[in-house]
Amino acid sequence: MSDLILTTNIDHADDFYAALLGAHEGLSKADSDALNARLVLILANHIGDNDILSKAIDAAKSSG
Amino acid sequence: MNKIFETPLYAYSRSPDQESEVAVRHKIVIVGAGPIGLAAAIDLAQNDIPVVVLDDNDKVSSGSRAICFAKRPLEILDRLGCGDAMVDKGVEWDLGKVFFKEREIYQFNFLAETGSKRPAFINLQQYYFEEYLVARVRELQAEGKAIEIRGGNKVSAIGVHDDHVVLEIDTSEGPYNIETDWLIACDGANSTTRQMMGMDFGGRVFEDHFLVADVIMEADFPTERWFWFDPPFNRGQSALLHKQPDNVWRIDFQLGWDIDREEELKPENIDKHLRAMLGAEVEYELEWSSIYTFQCRRMEQFHKGRVIFAGDAAHQVSPFGARGANSGIQDTDNLIWKLKLVLEGSAPESLLDSYDYERIHGADENIVNSTRSTDFITPNSEMSRVLRDAVLDLAEEHDFARPLVNSGRLSVPCTYDDSPLNTADGLDGPEISRPGSTCPDAPFGDGFLLNELGDKFVLLTIDADAPELVEEDGIAVTRLEISAKDDTSGAIRRRYLGNEPTAVYLIRPDQHVAARRPNYNENLMRAAIRRATGKE
Repeated sequence: MSDLILTTNIDHADDFYAALLGAHEGLSKADSDALNARLVLILANHIGDNDILSKAIDAAKSSG
Repeated sequence: MNKIFETPLYAYSRSPDQESEVAVRHKIVIVGAGPIGLAAAIDLAQNDIPVVVLDDNDKVSSGSRAICFAKRPLEILDRLGCGDAMVDKGVEWDLGKVFFKEREIYQFNFLAETGSKRPAFINLQQYYFEEYLVARVRELQAEGKAIEIRGGNKVSAIGVHDDHVVLEIDTSEGPYNIETDWLIACDGANSTTRQMMGMDFGGRVFEDHFLVADVIMEADFPTERWFWFDPPFNRGQSALLHKQPDNVWRIDFQLGWDIDREEELKPENIDKHLRAMLGAEVEYELEWSSIYTFQCRRMEQFHKGRVIFAGDAAHQVSPFGARGANSGIQDTDNLIWKLKLVLEGSAPESLLDSYDYERIHGADENIVNSTRSTDFITPNSEMSRVLRDAVLDLAEEHDFARPLVNSGRLSVPCTYDDSPLNTADGLDGPEISRPGSTCPDAPFGDGFLLNELGDKFVLLTIDADAPELVEEDGIAVTRLEISAKDDTSGAIRRRYLGNEPTAVYLIRPDQHVAARRPNYNENLMRAAIRRATGKE
C-alpha cells in the first residue's frame, strides 16, 4: 500500500496551474465550484485507493 | 547632497552636425540612453563601430525602477567592461520568504549554482546601473572610440527609406536633421519611435495598481526578498520588501484597480502604508515613489528595414520576475554581433531576421512567466483567488504546494531551441549546453570560462583536435583548447561533456552554442558557421 504523496510531484508546476486557471476562465462562481467538484471526483477515481483518499481529505482539512 | 539622478550626466551641448548645411550621415544612431541603449552603444564601440546615442533627457533614470539584475545580464556586462562595478556595488541575496496573512509560511533559497563567476542576482538601483554604463562610455571615449551621447536631443520626426533613416531632432537651440544607415530604438515602453512609425504593440493590460516606495532607513531586516500575500497591513492585497545598496529599501504595495492615483501618492498616504507595515515609530526618508500599472505586450516584429527595436520598446512585461531590463540587455547581446557582420558585409542582411526569431522567443517566454506571476499575485476572479489561497494554505505544511506559489519566476536566459542559426545537436551531451543555449560558466584556469570566450566566434575543443583558426566566407573562428584534465572542479565535464569523452562546440559572439559534436569535422563545421551567420 502506498502513501499519500505530499512532496513535489508535478513536473512543470506552473504549466499545470496555468491550465487549471485557464479551465476556470470566464466561468461564474457557481460553474467554477461545479467544475472543481467534478475535478475532485475524477482525480479521486484515478487514485482509487480509499486509504489514500481519506489521508488526502485529512490533509486538506488540517490546512487552512 | 545631490542624488546621482539629479545630476546631468550628459548635458546638451551643440554638435557640429547642427552647423552642417546638409544632414550628416551616421552609421548607427540609438534613440534612448537607458540601460538598453547604453549597453548597445558600448557593444558597438567595443567593436569599433561608430555610434551616436540620442536622449531627450540628460540624466540617469530617477528612482530605482529596475532593481534586480540576474546572472546572465551580469555576464554580458562583464563582456561590456562594467560587470565588476555593478557587482561590487550591488547587494547579493539568495533567500526569499513568503508570508500569508499573519504568518510566514515558508522560505526558499535560490540555490545559487557554484562554479560560475557571477551570482544568481544582485539588487542595484537602475540609476547606478545607468551611471556605470555612462562611466564605461566615458572610458571608451578616452580610448578614442567613436561613441557619443547627445542629451537634450529629442527625435521629433522620422523618415524611413530603404537604405537609411532621416531623423528630425529638437534641441533647446532649435531643430536639426541627421541621417543614419541604421536606427536602434531603445526608447522604452512608450517608444515614440514605435508610435511615429505606427507599429503595433499588442497584449494584455492588468487591472491593478502598485505603489512603489524607495525608503532610506536603518533597518535590521536581513538581505532577503520578502513577499506578503494578504498581509494585515495591506488587507486583500500583496506587498514586497527588497534591499538595495545604501540602505535603500524597495517596498511595493498592491493597491487594487479603483484608486485615486493623486490621492495615493500624497506623502501622508504613503506614510500610512509604511507605518502600518514597519511600525508607528519607524524613521525613514522617502527617496522616490511612484504608482505603476502593468502590461504584457510585444511588437509583432522587432525590426523593419533599417529600424530595429530593443528592450521595453519592443516588449513589455509586468515587473514580477525582473524580466524587463534583464531581457533588454539580452536583446542587444543578440543583436550587435549580427549587425556588425551585416555592416562589414560578412553576413546577409537577412541575418537580422534571426534577431526577431530568437528575441521574440525570449519575449514570449518572459511574457508567459510574468503573466502567470501576475495572475497569482493579483487573482482576477473569485475562483482564481480561492485556488491561490488554497495553494498558500497548503504550502505552509506541504512541500508539494510550494512550487505552485508564484511571486515571480526570476529571470533566466532563454534557450533558442529551433533557431534557424542552430545546427542539429550532434553530441550526446548535457541538456544545458545544447545548441541554442547560453554557454554555462565554469571555473577555467585562474578565472572563468565565459571571460575567455569574449565576443567573437569561438571553437571550443575539449580533448579534441582542431585547427587554431577556421575562416569561412569572412567569418574567423578561433580555437579555445581545453582538457578535461585541467577541469579540477568538474564543472566543464558536467556542463559540456556529460558522458562523452570529447567535444567540439561552435560558440557565437553572444556566447550561445550554435553547434556541437564529439569531434572536429571540417565540412560540417564550415556548414555550421555558414548556418550560424544566416547563409544557409
